[in-house]
Amino acid sequence: MAMELDVFVGNTTIMDEEVYQLWLDGYTVSDAVKVRMEGGVMEECEASADVLLSDTMDQYRTFQMCERLLYSPAKLANQLLFQIPPHRQAILIERYYAFDDAFVREVLGKKLSKGTKKDLDDISAKTNVTLKSCRRQFDNFKRVFKVVEELKGPLVENIRQHFLLSDKLARDYAAIVFFANNRFETGKRKLQYLTFQDFAFCAGQLINNWTVGAVDNMVEDMDVDLDKEFLQELKELKILITDKDLLDQHKSLVCTALRGKTKAFNEMEANFKNLSRGLVNIAAKLTNTKDVRDFFIDLVEKTPSCVGQIHGRHQKLYLQNVSRLKRISSPAYFFPCLSPPPPPADAVISAPPVRTFSVFDLSAVIISSLSASLLESSVCKSDL
Amino acid sequence: MPGKLKAKIVAGRHLPVMDRASDLTDAFVEVKFGNTTFKTDVCPKSLNPQWNSEWFKFEVDDEDLQDEPLQVTVLDHDTYSANDAIGKVYIDIDPLLCNEAASVISGWFPIYDTIHGIRGEINVLVKVELFNDLNRFRQSSCGVKFFCTTSIPRCYRAAMVHGFVEELVVNEDPEYQWIDRIRTPRASNEARQRLISLMSGELQRKIGLKVLEMGGNAVVGYLQCFDLEGESGLVVRAIGTACTLDKLSSGTPASNACNSPSKDGKEPVFGEDLLSSSGPPTPFRALPTSSSSPPPLSPSKPCSRQSSSSDTDLSLTPKTGMGSGGSAGKEAGPLKTLLRQQTQTALEQRSMFSPTVSDRVFYLQEFPFFTLTSFPPGFLVHVGGVVSARSVKLLDRIHNPALGNTRSYKLLDWNSVTADEPETRDAWWEEIRQEIKSHAKALGCHAVVGYSESTSICEEVCILSASGTAAILNPRYMREGCLDIGIVDHRFEDPSPPSCGFCHIPYDELNMPFPTQLTYCYHCRRQKVPDVLFTTIDLPPEAAVTGKGCLIQARLCRLKKKAQGEVNATAISNLLPFMEYELHTQLMNKLKLRSMNALFGLRIQISIGENMLLGLASATGVYLTALPAPGGIQIAGKTPGDLSNEHHILTIQKRINDTIAKNKEIYQINPPELTEEVVGSPIPEPRQRSRLFRSHSESSDEVSELDLSHGKKDAFVLEIDDTDAVEDIHSLLTDATIPTGFNSCNTEIMPGIYNWTSAVQMFTSVRVFRLSNANLTNQGLNKIFTDLCENLLKSFYFKLRSMIPCCLCHLNFTVAVPEEELIQVAVTAVAMTYDKDQTQEKPAEKPITKEQLQFPMELCADSSSTNTQLSSKISGSLTHFFFFLSARGPPPLPAASVDYGSFADRCSTWLELLRLKAHTIRRGSVKTISSLERSSPVPDGRSRSLRSTRGFGGSSVTVVKMTPLSFLPGTRIIKYLGIINMFFIRETTSLREEGGVSGFLHSFIAEVFAMVRAHVAALGGNAVVSYSMKECVFMENPNKNQAQCLINVSGDAVICVRETDQEPVPSNIGQTCTSETDGAT
Repeated sequence: MAMELDVFVGNTTIMDEEVYQLWLDGYTVSDAVKVRMEGGVMEECEASADVLLSDTMDQYRTFQMCERLLYSPAKLANQLLFQIPPHRQAILIERYYAFDDAFVREVLGKKLSKGTKKDLDDISAKTNVTLKSCRRQFDNFKRVFKVVEELKGPLVENIRQHFLLSDKLARDYAAIVFFANNRFETGKRKLQYLTFQDFAFCAGQLINNWTVGAVDNMVEDMDVDLDKEFLQELKELKILITDKDLLDQHKSLVCTALRGKTKAFNEMEANFKNLSRGLVNIAAKLTNTKDVRDFFIDLVEKTPSCVGQIHGRHQKLYLQNVSRLKRISSPAYFFPCLSPPPPPADAVISAPPVRTFSVFDLSAVIISSLSASLLESSVCKSDL
Repeated sequence: MPGKLKAKIVAGRHLPVMDRASDLTDAFVEVKFGNTTFKTDVCPKSLNPQWNSEWFKFEVDDEDLQDEPLQVTVLDHDTYSANDAIGKVYIDIDPLLCNEAASVISGWFPIYDTIHGIRGEINVLVKVELFNDLNRFRQSSCGVKFFCTTSIPRCYRAAMVHGFVEELVVNEDPEYQWIDRIRTPRASNEARQRLISLMSGELQRKIGLKVLEMGGNAVVGYLQCFDLEGESGLVVRAIGTACTLDKLSSGTPASNACNSPSKDGKEPVFGEDLLSSSGPPTPFRALPTSSSSPPPLSPSKPCSRQSSSSDTDLSLTPKTGMGSGGSAGKEAGPLKTLLRQQTQTALEQRSMFSPTVSDRVFYLQEFPFFTLTSFPPGFLVHVGGVVSARSVKLLDRIHNPALGNTRSYKLLDWNSVTADEPETRDAWWEEIRQEIKSHAKALGCHAVVGYSESTSICEEVCILSASGTAAILNPRYMREGCLDIGIVDHRFEDPSPPSCGFCHIPYDELNMPFPTQLTYCYHCRRQKVPDVLFTTIDLPPEAAVTGKGCLIQARLCRLKKKAQGEVNATAISNLLPFMEYELHTQLMNKLKLRSMNALFGLRIQISIGENMLLGLASATGVYLTALPAPGGIQIAGKTPGDLSNEHHILTIQKRINDTIAKNKEIYQINPPELTEEVVGSPIPEPRQRSRLFRSHSESSDEVSELDLSHGKKDAFVLEIDDTDAVEDIHSLLTDATIPTGFNSCNTEIMPGIYNWTSAVQMFTSVRVFRLSNANLTNQGLNKIFTDLCENLLKSFYFKLRSMIPCCLCHLNFTVAVPEEELIQVAVTAVAMTYDKDQTQEKPAEKPITKEQLQFPMELCADSSSTNTQLSSKISGSLTHFFFFLSARGPPPLPAASVDYGSFADRCSTWLELLRLKAHTIRRGSVKTISSLERSSPVPDGRSRSLRSTRGFGGSSVTVVKMTPLSFLPGTRIIKYLGIINMFFIRETTSLREEGGVSGFLHSFIAEVFAMVRAHVAALGGNAVVSYSMKECVFMENPNKNQAQCLINVSGDAVICVRETDQEPVPSNIGQTCTSETDGAT
């Protein structure tokens, strides 16, 4: 029976989580009804297709009305239109802001502009995510980006509080915002094997260590922009390749820290010089915006094959040490201080304790995260 | 005498962007009451303005306080052009006028615009200082409490039930005024909303005056309706039952009974139940003496126009139904004296009659009608049956609408046809009530209970309907102070047991008003009962029922030729008897098919459209243990010789028998075998009897009595003589079965389910079906209509499947024919969960709040004063108890609850929240803080400022439950805060953009809910009981991309606490009980 008008409104807003997911995934009403029928909900309650259609339409309408509120989730809690129990509100928000890894991988690092939005149909076709869902996800990214852009304080915390998201999701959004702001190129073929989570991890490390917020936590955009001064200072790392003594010192420090912790240690030690040179060269160029954008490509392309080898074969090494590869106060920029670093040269101890970060740290971090997915298989291979 | 109204505008939030350039709003507020207006400062460039205004003070008459709403308008300041309105809030301040209700209104109200819907919220504080008014000629009736609830409200005791009150007010509909051609839709809608708000305020005040004259202090079962008569005007009418209510508190004797271990209060009740079939039952012996005074009926006459007994009234009629604007109030000098005279005569009459002549007391009242549907135990003696009357009237047109503007809000202009005067409408209703009264008399009854009135209007034709249940009320309660059982009317010396007494026939066996088959009561074997009983009331809590009940609906469509005026009216009145007959037959057949023998809560609605009539009868069928078992249904063919036909009939017969057997199983109807008794034939009694007794008066005043019995024909033999009959039987059998885990009824309580858990989901659903096929037959229409209703129910079952096991209670269907090809069905109901495992084993676990209507105190004592001594007693008598159960269903009074723990576990989160808030009660208001309070560091000072305003935390909204029932399971109502009666209009000129008609109506209904919740929360309440959607008028014009909808809702705002909770207020009822149950878990 086709109804001219058909509504059902509960005092407590009734929401079916399954239908919500279908709506979020961009299914049309008729497609959603098909999915539900296949899901066997009809047998459950002796319902007919009519009933299912009417229910789906009702729910879709409710979600559409709620969507406006979900744009600023804080409103959902004190709006009066829908009476939704708090735990349901939390589910609504979390699901609404959830995204598909396949989709986010496509837009990561792109400018969240109208131009990108126009390309969403291509992305939709490529990723098999419906256009509607793509738009929602894209708009979510953009909305979060816009809101946190103007806020002071730590990025993740801002996102978490403004959008009432879980910690995990807030971190992911921080990564998306960070990548979008710095426009890191992630779409090249060579980077295709990296997952969003790999990049999100890198973003977390970069935010913690390379941004303005790492030193000063009350400026605007503190966690979004890279610290220019720091990038400038990275140039001085060249000494690590040019000065033989320091190179040795660097090597010995790294080796000390990693010895016995990984099977791949020998290879790393053997290739240390090449590895170090590649990374330092990348680091030295980061003052250039273009090079910042190509940062991840460079890491993969311009570090010698050994990096590839290392990240192909010896992930354990880095993964295990990731936790230690955090920002370390150390007397010199050019000492890749793996924690806890024994101050190597008395000569530089007097230097002010500035936050430092070695490219090595980063490469370790990056490499480790670069192919977390490859890890299991590669370890297995090497064991064989 | 004046009162002082004070209002303060605190803040706004979520305002819409009014200035596109800055994406902000410069908002200010106008506060208007009567003709006085105040303004706040402009709060520039903010969507969350903080006004923190001074207190705006209005010094006004209390009459105005009752009539007028406080009008809060939020505007956007514009330097160069006119200020733009954002929206309005109408605040009814009536609850503040009664010292027992709310003391302050404070909270966030949705800002409502009739074109855009809700646009942000505003925080308002309102207080009233009322000076004592001793003026006996006053026009106001402050302090009279109003309840929509159709039973004695939970925390009150009825000291007196005075009787019927009614009133109506007529005005011109602003929508049809000349000015409407030039004003904006918004202005027109607002004029209408305001007018209706004024009119219902006025109506309530006038009813209140009548109540005061009668000596009462409250109106229970208040039913207010609108008749949108189009060009001939707008009628607001109300009926109710005037009462004197006493608030129950620990100081009253009633609560003493509760606090005491009350052995004598409990044992007699138990003993009675067990012995009721053998010993001489004196069921109410304990009640009057121990604590409760059953409500005596005051014989005082209701203040109304005509009475068969006192002719003086005719001339003294207070014609109070005037147009709004206060003209009625001014001319009321002589009226007052008249009213007083009336009361005096009433008083004299009261003293004149001897108490033994009980019936006379009722006849003294012009209309001994009661809008109540549930009564205190013992109040209802016998029930006769349903009485109903319908009348088709022609609404007179105002012939020259262009002249309408000169009249503005004043009526009685030369141009007004008599139809505009309230007198005409009054007379119409008068006529119908007289008819109802005479029907009741014919049934040997002196009163009508469960009385209600309704209209259906199409163009200029209007059907007025009234229905109720003829009954005999206990004469013992008719005189004040006459509560001693010593003085009992000789006629009622031998009171029937409560579980079956009301079924006993009130009329004379030898002079029956209609053919029926009488048998001796299957329960007490001493009095006669009919074989089928139809009523409009709720199932009396003490009634003995076998198995469970279920919703039974009869649906009918009848085509009618399009016609105008008199011809149309005649055509309709000719059709009506046939419709009633068919509806009745359908009901009877469906009842038999479910193997049940009684209908409760029967509501027959007949709606007229241009080319068809719709009839919908809904009721809850039950098997009353006292009534004989219904017989089966026999199928007979017209041509017995035809073999193939015979075979066909046999198949159908088999299907019917199978269905009956299946239904018996579903509804657990296993009546005790009574073979040794010769009370009635156990085999199908092949004759149809009608409990319906009614007639139709047409516009020509010609009264035709309709006997709905099938004459000599065998009633339960369905003859298959044509295709129609086959269709009928087919539709009978294809009634969809209820999915397992669901029950449905249209009464307050579901017979057979007693252990409710606390999950509650109230909902409203509206469907409109467009008839595509132009040349439809009656059969085709019937099928469509039936499918429409069945599909609605199916879709409820599906949507609420997560609540299984649950029962849809108070399913209230409203049908309408808004346009020629459209059928509209609107349903409001509540789904409540229950504990399946205990349905049979512990039927008496939780009926305290459900069944008890008037004397909660006693029942507290009965049910939950489970000290160890008592509980041992219970376990001792448990076997008897269960035996008793199996014999005749649930006992009339609850046993002690043994399993409170598991109940508490099942309480939903909402109630947890309520419990949390029990500590934060301030000034009698409960605010619920949502458990997920997040301190979001919103950039502006929103959260900070909100916290300062009484618990309206930045992210917390009071949870307000709504239910059409008079109670919430698992909770106890501790305070009634006042009546909620709201009228909204919503219009759109961008229908497609708002998601079409469904999207438009969906958001409107959600908005109405939101506004009701906000008002209740602002009064300090956390629930609405007896909620109903009286009106839902939907009009669309898809071609113009326009739609308009009017919704009228009402209910009682209450504070309720979890039943197991410690009382936050020491003076409240049931404290000891509560602590004891806690101890027992």
